[in-house]
Order: sequence, then C-alpha cells, then structure tokens
Amino acid sequence: MKKDIILAGVGGQGILSIATIIGYAAIESGLNLKQAEVHGMSQRGGDVQSHLRISDRQIYSDLIPHGGADVIISVEPMEALRYKPYLSPSGWFISNSNPVVNIPNYPQIQNVIDEINSLTKKVILDADSIAKESGSAKSMNMVVLGAASKYLDLPYEKLEEGISYIFGRKGEKVVEINLIAMKAGRAIAEKGLQ
Amino acid sequence: MKKLLLLGDEAIGQGALDAGLSGAYGYPGTPSTEIIEYIQKNSEAIKRNVHRTWSANEKTALESALGMSYAGKRVIVTMKHVGLNVAADAYMNSALTGANGGVIVAVADDPSMHSSQNEQDSRFFSKFALLPAFEPSNQQEAYDMCFKAYELSEKYNLPVMMRITTRLAHSRAGVERKKTIKENKMHLPQNPDQFMLLPAFARKKYQHLLSINEDLVKESENSEFNTYQDGKDKSLGIIVCGLAYNYVMENLDIEKNNFSILKISQYPIPRKQIEKISSECEKLLVFEEGMPLVEEMLKGYLDKGIKVSGRLDGTLPRAGELNPQIVRKALGLSKLESQEIPLVVENRPPALCKGCPHIDTYKAINEITAKYGKGHVFSDIGCYTLGFLPPYNAISSCVDMGASISMAIGAADAGFFPAIATIGDSTFGHSGITGLLDAVETDSNIVIFIMDNDTTAMTGMQDSQVNGRIEKICLGIGVPEEHIKVINPLSRNHEENVRIIQKEIDYTGVSVIIPRRPCIHVYKKSLKKEKNK
Repeated sequence: MKKDIILAGVGGQGILSIATIIGYAAIESGLNLKQAEVHGMSQRGGDVQSHLRISDRQIYSDLIPHGGADVIISVEPMEALRYKPYLSPSGWFISNSNPVVNIPNYPQIQNVIDEINSLTKKVILDADSIAKESGSAKSMNMVVLGAASKYLDLPYEKLEEGISYIFGRKGEKVVEINLIAMKAGRAIAEKGLQ
Repeated sequence: MKKLLLLGDEAIGQGALDAGLSGAYGYPGTPSTEIIEYIQKNSEAIKRNVHRTWSANEKTALESALGMSYAGKRVIVTMKHVGLNVAADAYMNSALTGANGGVIVAVADDPSMHSSQNEQDSRFFSKFALLPAFEPSNQQEAYDMCFKAYELSEKYNLPVMMRITTRLAHSRAGVERKKTIKENKMHLPQNPDQFMLLPAFARKKYQHLLSINEDLVKESENSEFNTYQDGKDKSLGIIVCGLAYNYVMENLDIEKNNFSILKISQYPIPRKQIEKISSECEKLLVFEEGMPLVEEMLKGYLDKGIKVSGRLDGTLPRAGELNPQIVRKALGLSKLESQEIPLVVENRPPALCKGCPHIDTYKAINEITAKYGKGHVFSDIGCYTLGFLPPYNAISSCVDMGASISMAIGAADAGFFPAIATIGDSTFGHSGITGLLDAVETDSNIVIFIMDNDTTAMTGMQDSQVNGRIEKICLGIGVPEEHIKVINPLSRNHEENVRIIQKEIDYTGVSVIIPRRPCIHVYKKSLKKEKNK
C-alpha cells in the first residue's frame, strides 16, 4: 500500500489539521508516514503545501516526486492547480471550489473551475456552504477531507478517531460538528456530484 | 515503545532531552525554531526543569551554552544558518576552549531560501573551525545522533554541530525513543585554563585541536551513520550527504542500478571510505543538500583525478535545494510522466496580514517620504520586510539583523536626507541596540522606527527580549527623551502620526519612533483568552 498525498491551500486555511488527521489514521493502521510542511514566511497568506506520504514499506524522500501523487487535496481551487505537476496519471484531484482572493491578479474563478473540470478524476465541491450547513464554517477543511477520504484507502473510523484526537480538547460539540462535516464531504464523493 | 511522530527539529529536541540535556538556548529562526519550542512545551523538560529560554541573539545563546558546558552540564544551542554568522566569534573560539559538558550546536540551513536571505551551508563553518558535525538523513537519525553527539563532545571535549536543512527540519516521521540518560552532575573543567584563550594558551590549544583531527576522521570512518553499500556495477560510485540520501534511494532501483553508495552523515569526511569508492569506481557522483563541500574537496582545484560530478559541473543545479526530480535526472533515469502548472495559476506571495500594525506604520511613512523621493527607508529582517512588496513599496533594504539602523547611519554620514530605519522589536534586541549606540555617539541625523508588535512574529510568536523596556533602552543609550515618541499605528491616528513623524524628520539628530500595537495574531489570541475567562 502506498498513498502519496499533496495538501494545498493558503496560509491559515487549516491544511495541517487535515494532515494530522490522515497521519493519525495512517499511524493507527500500522503504516509508515512522512509529512513535509511549510513553516515560516509563506504562512503569511502565501501558498502553502504539505507532502504526506503513507506506505507499508520504508519511505525515503520527504518530498513526493513530480508525477507521483495519488491524491491532491486542496482547500482552494487555484492552489489545487499549482500542484498539478505532482499528480500521477492515475491520481485523484479533490478541491474546494471557493477561492481565497488576496492577490490583485487572481484569475477569473470560472477559468480556474473550468481547468479543474477538464480533469477526468476529480471532485470539486462547495465545501464552505456544506460546512456552514454542518454547523460551522470553520469545518470547511473537514468537508474536503471527507470528500478525499474515498480515495485514501484508510479506514473511515480511523479518520473519525483522528478528528476526536485533534479536536477533543475543544469539546464534544466541536468534535461532533467536524464529524458531520467530514461525513457530508464523503457523501458528495460517493454520489460523484460536482 | 510507541513511535512519536516528530518534525526533524522536534526529533533533535527529544533526542537532546533523552540524552541528558540540562539547558537549551537559541534565537528563533526558520527552519530551526521548533527545536526549542518543542523543549519548552515538553512535559518531561518542564518536570526536570531543563533550562529552555530564548536568548537575545545567537551569539549570546552560544556563549550561555558554553557557560553551562563549563559547569559540566549537557546543553544545546539552536539557530538558523545565518544565525551562525552572528555566533561565529563564539563558535570559532569554542573550537579552542572546547567543551566540558557536551555541547550540540544545532544549525538549520535553508537551501532555496524559503525563509532566508541566503543559502550558506553550515558544514563549511564546522570544517573552518575543525569541529565535528553530524548531518542526519531522517528524523530517527536526528534523534539517535544527539546521543552520539554528546558522547563525542565529551570524549574529545569539543562542541559538535548538528546540521539539518529545511526539508528535514519541517518534515514529520515516526521516531523510536531510546532509554534516557540522566543529566550530568555539575562539575568544573579538570583543567582550570580550559576556557582561557590568552594567546600563549590559545596557541597550545590550537596545536591540540590540530593534533586530534585525525582521531575525528577515524571516528567518522567508524561511525554507524556513515554507511557503505557495496555495488556490483563499478561504472559509477555515488556519494550522498545527509538528506540527499533519501532522494537517491527514492529513485534508484538497486536491482537494476547496483552502484556503490557512500552515505556521509558524520564529518570530517571519512577518508577510508572515500579512498575505497574512488579507487573501485570509474567515476563519482556527489549529492549534497546545500553547497558542494565534499564535491569540491574531492575534485580539487586542478581537477586531475577521478571524474567527479555534481553541482560544480552542471550535473546538478549549482544553487537551491535538491528534490526527487533533480536527483532522478542526475542519475540518468527517465522522467516520470507529469503535467505542467496550468497557465491560469498566478503566484501568491506572502503578504502582511489583514489588520497588521506594520501596514499603518508604512502608510504613514509613505505619505511623508513621497515628497523626498524614493529609497529613504532602510529596513531589516522580520514580517515588516514584506513592506517592500506592493501595495506598500515602502522600504529599500533588508540585509542582516540590525542593518537598518547602521545603514541609515552610513547613508546620513554621506549626506543623505532623510535617512530612516525600520526595525522590529525583537530584531532591535538582537542586533539593533549596538547600532543605536553608534548613532547616538556620532549624533547621526536619522529617524529609527522600532516597530513594536509585542512578539517575534515571523517565526511564530516567540517572546521578544526587549518587551516592555524599549523606551528605557533608548533613553539609557542616550536618545533625548523628547525624541523618543510612541505612536499607535491605527488608521484613525494616521494624521496625528504623520505630524509626529514629520517633526522628528525635521529634527537634526537621532529620533526614535515606536509604533506600538500587538501583532494581529497575538491580539486575536488574547481576545480568545479573555473570552474563555
């Protein structure tokens, strides 16, 4: 088993929470893991990414090679496309459709969405709205994780345990909202809706 | 025991703790910051009361570490690569004083300059100082090496460098812990002149340092971290240093490409293994994360021996960090199928955060400097360096910690007016105070903005050493009280702030303006805390 996952977004959008939960599920499933993160200057509103590698064999490189990613998970659509060179020909592309417009030259959003739609293996979803319906706009990242969970080959319960693990100290209510959000994201992927 | 999931930085923190650490010193700097942050939060470190504070700068940190070593305790000092320049005086001389309790100098380099102003390779410093260095290839090695580093440090009475780079510092993997070692009891150096570098003593110590260099080479030759994989195919020998090993192993199918591989993770470089690989193989390919240190040594100036490829002959790029693609190409393997970044994607550079106090300060400065023309503001290292980017375009320089004030002095001495410096509170504490002393001493005609956001923001909110005492420092150094002005950088104070700044520019002499408002993240956190009360 091997899953190479690129997580993408804008500094402050919570991709590291997604990484931690997947990492938790992987470790609890007895798999090896390496996860490269971005700290420092880029976190100030710049593009951020994390390379998450899971395998039942030894993992050498902390970085995923171009053409090697099995899944790209992004909480922002243009950021998802930035990592397209990493995507393997058989890889899946999961992205939130809502842009973070903090640069003056952000492209027309429809052009971004069209570009994503030109891919064959993709799930693009309005994770912000789904998160709000689930009880909190903050759980947008969990909606995206839910949609991606279909392609991770990890037991879904382990991801749920991961949510309890990282949100546990914030109280039961927060855990509950995030569980609902992940489930709603998963349902979208199951239906194959766009 | 269950594995811990640790960043490379954290693995060093945990390794040092488990190997009997009594104290940690450092100055925050990406990608080194998380070593001390980890020790600060670690429950065992708290229980054991391991000393774990930030220092004013890397030099004071290393000197404090030497003091703890003098007292017989194991200590770690952490910094980023450019921080070692600041600590260089202490580091170079510590090679002569040596250590009593074990000393690890942990330096995190940043090839590709993700968050830095250059990409210097700290291994050159260890070679320069004739001090041993470790370069882990993964998180487990980073952990394990701490034990070995203290052992080596105390065996030879020398500080030992732990050199890592960004990708290891900020990448997580499972780490298995070893049995912990008790902290050293306090004990002074056996030789009372060990830390005395009067010339007559220093000469003797230098001779000693030179005389043990061969022993250190032997240590490297016998090191468990320097491994030799004998290959059947002798057409190529591969030498890899530290993290580069991972990219080679990621790409190389040993069944198909059965080359000999020498992995170097302990320095000075192991002569015996180098001799073996270069006598058995037809040519050598060297992979180093950073500058071509080993490659240059092997190639020599005249380049007349065995053919050596790497960064110097264009097989690998001369600058920047390695990655799986670059290494794959250098190994002569075919490219994996991949696609380009779509044209629709635009760059998204980092920017000052919404609500950042620096924005209002720069707006006020811009309004005034507009009438003097461009290029009047010298700046420094921190979040506020982002003030160079549009829409602010407010500053003209960023060189090293503290350079804003000293450069403004030089420009003013040349007759440039107005000469303005912008420096953050933590950077002022690090290296700005001495510049201010120069300014006061020569009555330089400059205006210094000490932008006090209550924290070391860029590296993730560490304590600022000068917190709560900036005015007193300026006053003590001799800035006239009436020319130390505190302003609150908010848009509603804009007009008033512009007036105050203009007045200080018109004054001939040293003025200090302190725009004071907490970093927006610190402010938000404090609001949350209030709410939870």
